[in-house]
Amino acid sequence: MSTDTPDASASDGPSRSELQAQLDDLQEELNDLQSEVDDGGPKKMVIVATKGTLDMAYPPLILASTAAAFGWDVTVFHTFWALDVLHEEQSKDLKLSAVGNPSMPMPNAIAAMPFMDSMATKMMKRKLDEEGTATVEELIDMGLDQGVEFQACQMTIDLLDYDEDAFYDGVTVGVGAATALQDMADADIQLLV
Amino acid sequence: MSTEYTVTETLDVKGAGCPIPVVKTKQAIDDLAAEEVLEVVATDSGSMSDIPGWAETTAGVELLDQEETSEDGEDVYKHYVRKTEQ
Repeated sequence: MSTDTPDASASDGPSRSELQAQLDDLQEELNDLQSEVDDGGPKKMVIVATKGTLDMAYPPLILASTAAAFGWDVTVFHTFWALDVLHEEQSKDLKLSAVGNPSMPMPNAIAAMPFMDSMATKMMKRKLDEEGTATVEELIDMGLDQGVEFQACQMTIDLLDYDEDAFYDGVTVGVGAATALQDMADADIQLLV
Repeated sequence: MSTEYTVTETLDVKGAGCPIPVVKTKQAIDDLAAEEVLEVVATDSGSMSDIPGWAETTAGVELLDQEETSEDGEDVYKHYVRKTEQ
């Protein structure tokens, strides 16, 4: 006789009622997990912004304010040169680099000339204005209004000698890599820009 | 698409580029009551894809209709969004 034939009268192995109890437990656990997924609240997005040039200031800010319009919880952690984007004065004076930018219609040798960065910056600012694109300042204000959390990395504030009072009102300081990682672990979407 | 609706408010975002049409639409919808309909008037051609993307991902709103017209030789994109829940 085969040994794997089901045998209700077998004394070893779980009884029917024990199996039923196990099944009920599993069902309950599944329901809990399901409701956790359903009631997880809004999606969460964390962007780590590292760049401080005029062109690279835009992607994190545009994604942040759009995600906030989706009703998501948004945190943008600014580190290194991206601190300029949160700096009230510097953010109005971000520059575009003509050198090392393959999209620039000029060779690097010419792009490296002293006036080229300011010319490229002026051109891009004019283009942004013509296209009705918001300024960096407007995007920061829009983000803050929508509840976006803009964080300034404390380590780089100290390293680059920034004055904490010079950031926009509402910017969070006193946070570091561990805070960013913790936020990212809880987030649905994590981006490094 | 169904055209059985009455516009409650109109939002003019002509001349504004991404992400302003979506952000302002969200803000305007927040100020409406359930079942009211917002008309969004934009010149950003990207809004034809962005507003549906936003409406699909956002709870409590429904995109009813989109229209592409021309005003004074300029392309104008109209979007009709209903707030479905408060």
